[in-house]
Amino acid sequence: MTPKKKRRLAFAAALVAVGAVLAVVVIYGLGQNTMYFRSPTDIAEARIAPGVAFRLGGLVQTGSVMRGPGAQVRFSISDGKSIVPVTFHGVLPALFREGQGVVTTGALGAGGIFEAREVLAKHDEKYMPPEVVDSLKRSGRWKEGGV
Amino acid sequence: MTGELGQLALCFALALSLVMAGAGLWGARAEAQAARGIGNGAAMGMVVFVVLAFAALTYGFVTSDFSIALVANHSHTAKPLIYKISGVWGNHEGSMLLWVLVLALYSALVAILQRGGERLTSGALGIMGLLAAAFILFILFTSNPFLRLDPAPFEGAGLTPLLQDFGLAVHPPMLYAGYVGLSASFAYAAAALMVGEEGWARAARPFMLIAWIALTAGIALGSWWAYYELGWGGYWAWDPVENASLMPWLIATALLHSALATEKSGAFRTWTLLLAIAGFSLSLIGTFLVRSGVLSSVHAFASDPTRGFFIMILIALAIGGALALFAWRAPTLQGGAAFDPVSRETTLVLNNVFLVAACACVFVGTLYPLVLDAVNGTKITVGPPYYALTFAPIFFALMLLVPLGPVLGWKRGDLKAAWRSLYPALGLAGIAALAVLAIVSPRGVVATLAFAVAGWLIGASILDLRRRKGARVSAFAAALAHAGLGVTLLGVTGATAWRSEALQVMAPGQTMTVGPYLLRFDGVTREKGPNYIADRAHIALMDGGKVKAMLEPEQRLYPAEGQAVSDTAIRTTGLRDLYLALGDDRGDGRFAVRAYVSPLAPLIWLGALVMSLGGLLSLWGRLRWRAREPVPQPAAAE
Repeated sequence: MTPKKKRRLAFAAALVAVGAVLAVVVIYGLGQNTMYFRSPTDIAEARIAPGVAFRLGGLVQTGSVMRGPGAQVRFSISDGKSIVPVTFHGVLPALFREGQGVVTTGALGAGGIFEAREVLAKHDEKYMPPEVVDSLKRSGRWKEGGV
Repeated sequence: MTGELGQLALCFALALSLVMAGAGLWGARAEAQAARGIGNGAAMGMVVFVVLAFAALTYGFVTSDFSIALVANHSHTAKPLIYKISGVWGNHEGSMLLWVLVLALYSALVAILQRGGERLTSGALGIMGLLAAAFILFILFTSNPFLRLDPAPFEGAGLTPLLQDFGLAVHPPMLYAGYVGLSASFAYAAAALMVGEEGWARAARPFMLIAWIALTAGIALGSWWAYYELGWGGYWAWDPVENASLMPWLIATALLHSALATEKSGAFRTWTLLLAIAGFSLSLIGTFLVRSGVLSSVHAFASDPTRGFFIMILIALAIGGALALFAWRAPTLQGGAAFDPVSRETTLVLNNVFLVAACACVFVGTLYPLVLDAVNGTKITVGPPYYALTFAPIFFALMLLVPLGPVLGWKRGDLKAAWRSLYPALGLAGIAALAVLAIVSPRGVVATLAFAVAGWLIGASILDLRRRKGARVSAFAAALAHAGLGVTLLGVTGATAWRSEALQVMAPGQTMTVGPYLLRFDGVTREKGPNYIADRAHIALMDGGKVKAMLEPEQRLYPAEGQAVSDTAIRTTGLRDLYLALGDDRGDGRFAVRAYVSPLAPLIWLGALVMSLGGLLSLWGRLRWRAREPVPQPAAAE
């Protein structure tokens, strides 16, 4: 082999090695850090271990919002079929209203209460998170042009 | 009338773009002198008509002409003038017209500057003509901004309040200048493949620089906006929309470095071509992700699937065509020049490997959820920890390497001498790390390391500046850009590792502490803005029983749009931000208040500014030397 060919081979081998390491890290990273979206019905139907982070979305149940003590807020998320109680410690987004679509991230705590770490801001009264639309469609509660 | 004029102008522009494509591509042949003249003329004509079309639409917005459907759907008479103008691109149709406007401006610039040989320029104009024609067709058939409404409504529907903000008025044109700027280097690369010309990297360099500067500034503006507007105290969320702008930036950065090597020492000829193609491809993919509605965000305007389909076809044609051209022609190009393992070229190879790897991580993280959703309907999100695990270490390694490049010679470098010349920078890195360990608590390994790296980057840049004392100003460009990177790293570290936050429901007269600050809540008043109603909190920053400053975060309700947004109050010392956001009404005059102290946060954007400034210096140097003069050999290597 000429020195030039040797160098090329070494370069190609190094590139393959880098690529392999990268692929392993990326696949591992994706496996560890993806969060699934679940609807209240998903939670009722499948047992989800407490402490596993996921995103929960649906409509804020009318009459369920209770504030306090302190910055604590409790409410329920429903998809028309099932209901999940949620607690949250923090500032709610400006357009958080009863009867509106919402997406939260967090994990189930003891007693099946969802402990939200984050309640996602939706900035538009008419806007409905696409995941929520899908889950309402699945539970048969979605009407085109409004809920 | 103006609407029809705009439409007509756009049709003329379409015709001219087709002429430009045909004549430009034909003019890439050696003997087709006449075609080249026609191509240049068509480029100048097209920009006139596109400007006319854009001006017509802007006029419609400014005069609130609600007989134009787009204006009726996205504007309102009560909106301040600046947001009437920014409303032009605050929607899908208008933003596509802005895209074409920027493309037309770049084409005109290519035609005026005539960088590189005549054939190369002509071929590049031809490619840009094809792109312009495709995008104008897209506008005319799927997203016509000039459609009329009959009868015209009395009042418009308004613009999403989140977009009624100065940062967001400037952010899209900036980002587009970056995205579309990469089309010029893409076009030059394709033309170089056609005519077999080798000087293309030097010819296209100003366009790469403009694109990179604009992308840097655009991303920084977007993140600054997210920081002060969204009220959660963060500046980057690894949101797919943010990633869509970061990916072209990473590749554009790699391209700038690789093209430099191609130009100076003839290395990586084919690789640079491939990067130019990849950079613009990622711009197109970014546009598709952001505009097609596959992602849910403030950016997703389009919900019409035909649009997404059309953009997808366009992307497939552009990327596929360019890659086919590459596969066909690249083997005929002269191979890259050889270089020693210890040389500046080697550091640039590593620079490119790291940047492309970082981009690949972002790409996978952004597209994996979309692919999974399309395949089996599983909805997932990939969170920031993924990027902390993949992107961050790669970028860290890259930054460790940055100071070595400029002190190694082309072709063959002297590692020992280079290393020795960097001792002072190493010293600064050590001081930075010790300072963190001595002053700050809680101590963290990552934060200490990050400060050391930032000291290393900034120290090496200062050394670089000193070494080039007396050289042309543009020789300082790289040092400035690298120093900016270090400054941004300081800011990111401070705002991430040492941020403190507090959340409290406050009644009037109550106090709260956050970090070193004591705050007193003085209640909320109702205020009237030009097109919104605000709940304005009055919060006093206390200093030993006296009021030092008043901070007034707001919650704004926009009745026309039926939306609410928060308006934060930020008090900065330049090195530390006190950041307040007003939360929800808890009754009896009590409100939730969220406060953050973000040390060094302003440095994030200051660093980006310094980076852009470095780019501007380099651009200025490039444009001062006319295109076909011989390259002046700088005394100190650039």
